[in-house]
Amino acid sequence: MAGAEKPMFAMDGNDVPFEPGQTILQAALAAGRYVPHLCFHPEFKPHGSCKLCTVKINGRTVASCTTLAKQGDEVESETPEIQDLRRNLVQFLFVEGNHFCPSCEKSGSCMLQAVAYDLGVMAEHFSPFFPSRPIDASHPDVLLDFNRCILCELCIRASAEVDGKNVFALSGRGAKKHLIVNAESGRLADTRLAVEDKAMDVCPVGVILRKRRGFQVPIGERKYDQHPIREVAVGKATARHASGKPSPQGPSKEGA
Amino acid sequence: MAKTLTIDPVTRIEGHSKITILLDDAGNVEDARFHVNEFRGFEKFCEGRLLWEMPGITSRICGICPASHLVTSAKAGDEILAIGIPEAADKLRRIITLAQWVQSHALSFFHLSSPDLMLGFDSDPAARNLFGLIAAHPEFARRGIRLRKFGQEIIEVLGGRRIHTPWAVPGGVREPFTAAGRDRLLAGIPEALATTQMAIATLMLMFERHAKEIPAFGNFDTMHLGSVRADGALEYYGGTLRLRDADGNTIADGIEPRDFDKHFAEKTEPWSYLKFPYYAPLGPEKGIYRVGPLARLNVCDFIETPLAEAERLKFKALGGGAGAVNNSFHYHYARLIEVLFAVEKLEQLLRDPATLDEHVRSKASINRHEGVGATEAPRGVLFHHYKVDDDGVIQSVNMLIATAQNNLAMNRAIRQLAKHHLTGVAEITEGLLNRLEAGIRCFDPCLSCSTHAIGQMPLLVELTRADGSLLARRAR
Ligand code: SF4
Ligand code: FES
Repeated sequence: MAGAEKPMFAMDGNDVPFEPGQTILQAALAAGRYVPHLCFHPEFKPHGSCKLCTVKINGRTVASCTTLAKQGDEVESETPEIQDLRRNLVQFLFVEGNHFCPSCEKSGSCMLQAVAYDLGVMAEHFSPFFPSRPIDASHPDVLLDFNRCILCELCIRASAEVDGKNVFALSGRGAKKHLIVNAESGRLADTRLAVEDKAMDVCPVGVILRKRRGFQVPIGERKYDQHPIREVAVGKATARHASGKPSPQGPSKEGA
Repeated sequence: MAKTLTIDPVTRIEGHSKITILLDDAGNVEDARFHVNEFRGFEKFCEGRLLWEMPGITSRICGICPASHLVTSAKAGDEILAIGIPEAADKLRRIITLAQWVQSHALSFFHLSSPDLMLGFDSDPAARNLFGLIAAHPEFARRGIRLRKFGQEIIEVLGGRRIHTPWAVPGGVREPFTAAGRDRLLAGIPEALATTQMAIATLMLMFERHAKEIPAFGNFDTMHLGSVRADGALEYYGGTLRLRDADGNTIADGIEPRDFDKHFAEKTEPWSYLKFPYYAPLGPEKGIYRVGPLARLNVCDFIETPLAEAERLKFKALGGGAGAVNNSFHYHYARLIEVLFAVEKLEQLLRDPATLDEHVRSKASINRHEGVGATEAPRGVLFHHYKVDDDGVIQSVNMLIATAQNNLAMNRAIRQLAKHHLTGVAEITEGLLNRLEAGIRCFDPCLSCSTHAIGQMPLLVELTRADGSLLARRAR
């Protein structure tokens, strides 16, 4: 007999099928519907910290990356209200760190920048904090530029769960929360981080960078220069993207 | 999808220029000041960054000579790595430096100054700009635009991007050059040469047309500072510094860029963000010097390429024999002679097979904690001075730009123009405004106001009484 009809929910008036156990975000992406997100990575458990994937389900705002899809849900995603909220979240992230896209090696393959473009963020809007976050250039092969950290914890998760090294951690609370390196000296050189580690390839922004690779892919030819994030994230751009030069920095998988 | 997002403080580097003319009790011009509020905090901004990022970051200081900052920064980095760079890298950096001369000088002459020169200082300001020039002299304007594009094209072919290319790095450059790129650029040389010669011929006509005005166009004695090669030839990328006085006597010679601060000091004024450097042994009054095309042609003994050398001899005659050429108006001529040299030299360099070598980058880690890089940017000698820690993290940055070094002289030029054109009536006439504007343009200062709006300098002139009260104000 024909298999049971797949369960569905509605997102902005479109039917989205899902497998039981899938989150709203997973199902939406699988169905080719982009929902802006930053701390979600398909290879890791949902984290629910950035809140960019916020949607309204039956009138309630929730993080779509941590909410299981249910038959018959009415999900609002790209409504003016939700998009405004997302824009504000992105603007907060920009002012909380020091994000100077023009001199950033990750420009063009940075998810934060790409999401900002997608949401039409034209200015920071809020006054920048200009926090002081010294870079760590002690490691022979890796540069850590804390200025750009958005606290998604992907590197922490990758280093702990995949690499088994626990190189990274968070410290501090509230506005003072920041990424640290697990070494007595506090220096990356004194950890076991190696360039082959998974933790090297998950940062959605430009914190964890390989040294001596800067600008190997020229600006203008990078991942999100070629295709908007809403295509890349749902896999629509992969075929075309595969023909381009691979990015020497950042996720080899799209970190979708 | 449109890419217009630039969330960074860099986009806020903007500045209107303002001139204050101060009158004495008798109502005569006592002083004139050119106020600059530019480059706020850029040096601070670089602290804490990695040495290798510096070329990419500093090339964003300036939208109009990014390649000069790029190469100067990379040279400061070479010093810190304490290594020699591959021959190909050295030559490619020379090519991009000259390309920047062509691009920037063409912009200065054709886009910014020609409207004044060819349409007349008193012509309708609404039409005294590049568009007015295109309407009145379409062929001239078109060729000028193409010359600037040629300079840009070289930067693009080498660096991959027209401006702000992070192509040069401490130790060399990122990408080798290609035969295809070379051929494409060589093809542009004949037209560039012809256009430059045409521009020089046109300027000669302007000498006649403005013969009455030229003598008071920032004509005063100062020293001149520029780089020369070991044999005394005009230099643009390496060499040592030479200082000559207004009579052409050599005051100091063989100064290594890293020793610059042993010979030069800076004073600051509350009314300007730009520093005022001077030759320390002579003090701030007598120690005034100019940099840039006029100064370079005054300090060199010869130019290594034939067409430019022939023009240099004619230029020299303008100063009357052995002395130096001290009239700021002749920056224009000097600039065009430099373009001629640049095009001739570019052809030589492009034909040199050594530029195609694949080995373009020497790698090393931090071997010194301090480095100074200097090159001759279009507007004059440019210094980058960095201090780093063991990891190569920048601890301090000092950049000395050409426009700052010309600051004292620019102020003197506008004082002279104000004195000459403001007699009797204490009023800022259109004619005065135009001359002040044109006087500043001789120096081609790299302020965003002189570059972002082609031919339209947002300028505010204020006339104040001896007691400091405002007498008149006129803005454009
Ligand atoms: S360094 Fe990158 S991956 Fe790690 S928490 Fe910060 S933004 Fe996330
Ligand atoms: S992607 Fe859902 S909270 Fe970050």
